Amino acid sequence: MSPQWSAALAFVLVAAAVAVGTLVASRIFAVRARNKPPSRELTYECGEEPEGSAWVRFHPRYYVVALMFVVFDVETAFILPWALNLGPVDGGTLLVEMAIFVGILLLGWGYAVRKGALTWQ
Amino acid sequence: MIENPWVWGAVSGLVVVNVFMGVAAWSIWFERKFAGRMQNRPGPTQVGPFGLLQPVADLLKLLQKEDITPKNADAVLFNIAPPLGLLTVLGGMAVFPWGPGAWVPADLDVGILFTLSIASLMTIPVWMAGWASNNKYALIGGMRAAAQAVSFEVPLLLSALVPIILGGSFKLGDIVAAQADGAWFALWPPGPGAVAFLLFLLCSLAEANRIPFDIPEAESELVAGITTEYIGMKFGLFYLAEYMHTLIGSFLGAALFLGGWDGPGPDGVHWLVAKGLGLFALIFWIRWSLLRYRADQFMSVCWKILVPVALCTVSAAAVWKVYA
Repeated sequence: MSPQWSAALAFVLVAAAVAVGTLVASRIFAVRARNKPPSRELTYECGEEPEGSAWVRFHPRYYVVALMFVVFDVETAFILPWALNLGPVDGGTLLVEMAIFVGILLLGWGYAVRKGALTWQ
Repeated sequence: MIENPWVWGAVSGLVVVNVFMGVAAWSIWFERKFAGRMQNRPGPTQVGPFGLLQPVADLLKLLQKEDITPKNADAVLFNIAPPLGLLTVLGGMAVFPWGPGAWVPADLDVGILFTLSIASLMTIPVWMAGWASNNKYALIGGMRAAAQAVSFEVPLLLSALVPIILGGSFKLGDIVAAQADGAWFALWPPGPGAVAFLLFLLCSLAEANRIPFDIPEAESELVAGITTEYIGMKFGLFYLAEYMHTLIGSFLGAALFLGGWDGPGPDGVHWLVAKGLGLFALIFWIRWSLLRYRADQFMSVCWKILVPVALCTVSAAAVWKVYA
């Protein structure tokens, strides 16, 4: 592992230790109830008895958002290395190539807008 | 200077993480004071002079709260989500340059990608918390948070592309160095830099679930969103993570668009801190001035306006880079 990545890993491990340490501290200092009424561990639903489970089927509009995200995120992943190589040398060719790629993508985006996929129903 | 990279990473991590947690804690005091003044009331006054010890009192209170995991919740996911949330926020700071030269914990070649990818992982613990609570408010909050985070991820990445193109590097230090002597990307080249800066600021607000994009925990409709079932320090970790996400977004904005440590007089970490905290205060100002977007509106704003604008900005920056 290169020294930079070792340092980054050490940093992340320290951050993890701080996050877990805070919870351990609350384990130590938190008060414990002597007797717990069963209502204390109920799911909060404005004071009523909770009505069924919350693990139910969900509206598919979230699925459409996830799909759009994948399309555009992969596109961004393609643009990133391209962005790094831009410069006076071969710059014009690179611009035309990316214009074609983004143009095709924008066609798809326009189609999604026309179909109403980007409208929250 | 410390030679061993592991020791250097750990020591700088300890310093950065603890300073950031402290700043985030006192920023809560600052925000309450600021909001109070804006609304013609004094804000916290009781604990210490000017209420300055309020974060300490809050921390002690949160530490002592009884730890309750709801009976119907998925206990494992419910309990690992809060520390994971804080970790995803803090981890991205590993590559942040605080000053010229060696003032960086880990000088990765892919610096900005590392930060952005770790910060975008925040979606997972937030949704995990929403799902594991087995609470309808929490679930809706988690779903909305996930949808919002992935939607605004796209314009955020595209706006961060502008400094990458102009600076010609993924290394945050190189991007800041490319803005030396006042050639900040928010000002120069005129146009794409400024637009990208505004987009970046807007998307950081959305990523950190701040007003006007705090739909995931819209308290008037969802009680407290994903944190509905959380209590004590676990709630505290989510709360802290949200503030720190905002804080890190402001510092990233300062480094990418406002020249980082560059400024009149001697360069150094003081300029970065001044710019970062200035942006942070601006976000509070926005929070206490604006209303919340409706859940159906943020989608349209993001996909129909921000994404095409961001693409145009990237194109303009690319043309500038090639021909100017």
